[in-house]
Amino acid sequence: MELRVILRGALSGLIAGVLAFVFAKIFAEPVINKAIAYESGRDAILDKLNKAAGRPVAPDGPEIFSRHVQSTVGLASGLIGFGVAMGAIVAVVYLVLHGRTTIRPRVMAICLAAFGFLGVFLLPFVKYPANPPAIGHSFTITTRGHLYLAMVGASIVLLALAVYLGYRLHRRFGVFYASLMAAVAFLIPYCVLIGVLPSLGDLSANVAHRGQFGYARAATETPQPITNVLSTPLVINGKTIAPGQLVYPGFDADVLWKFRWYSLLNQLLIWGASSLIFGALLERFFRTPRTPSPGQADRAAAFG
Amino acid sequence: MTSIPVSGTSVIPKVTVSPEALSRTRVLVLLGTTLFLALAMYYFIGVDEGMTSVFGKTMMIHEWVHDSRHFLGFPCH
Repeated sequence: MELRVILRGALSGLIAGVLAFVFAKIFAEPVINKAIAYESGRDAILDKLNKAAGRPVAPDGPEIFSRHVQSTVGLASGLIGFGVAMGAIVAVVYLVLHGRTTIRPRVMAICLAAFGFLGVFLLPFVKYPANPPAIGHSFTITTRGHLYLAMVGASIVLLALAVYLGYRLHRRFGVFYASLMAAVAFLIPYCVLIGVLPSLGDLSANVAHRGQFGYARAATETPQPITNVLSTPLVINGKTIAPGQLVYPGFDADVLWKFRWYSLLNQLLIWGASSLIFGALLERFFRTPRTPSPGQADRAAAFG
Repeated sequence: MTSIPVSGTSVIPKVTVSPEALSRTRVLVLLGTTLFLALAMYYFIGVDEGMTSVFGKTMMIHEWVHDSRHFLGFPCH
């Protein structure tokens, strides 16, 4: 039974991943291409400014795979892989809880997916939202990685504690008040965590870069408009750039909003679709009459 | 496992285990392995060759999953 449930979880995630790929291909890729176009223009301007000012020029990122490969098979394998991994984890948690509650399988599948969506994605997203290419300084990737994973881990732990608390309290106070208390008990440490963890723009490496072209001080790493930060004029392509003059715009706010909004919808699609499919498969799996054998009863007992 | 002698009972129940049965240990191994593989997948799609790297500092995996890493909400580069 266990392996079959896991395979059903992974299969649900796989189907959800395919749907997510179709969604991403239609909605995210145009936005990603705009972001990459912005980044290329920005890098070109920064190179010129740094050369004109006699400063070191940042090396280009590697291009191992073409944009075509990245936006098709690369995108598909990442999204499908994520779907399969999350589907398998949901199935494992389902198996651990199976037989210990009176919640029917498809409701449990939806609850687990809601938990995953919140803990793995949405709650970390509130503090450190998804960013398109062009946003994110390469010299802070380690710190940002640690902060993001810390946020994911803390969100999952706090959420699990809240669910447990609600479960313990529901007999005494009823489902409504128990849920309310659990929600408050969750929100207090979660808000403290959000307040305590640093904004990415305030990381010391970013503060140290503020004298560089294109690294104006900001709360995030979203590219700010590039200006001539020197006190002397610079000459680029025969044009004189006065001190403080704007050379290149900041990142397009609409592109950023669209990317984050689609990112959220995409996760909703992955978790939502996989939970509905997994729930349907589970109901069918457990309702199918199988030849009852004492061995099955034993295993059911061994599993609680 | 065909029969379990139980002290104090005169009738010894005959227990047959279906061939698809898993023992408790096997269940734990199965769940543990699944969890490990799933977390490894999460790691390689979301994190590897960014802040840390398992197979050295190539950028193959990072570049391959580049778009999905951004879109799934991970910090990328």
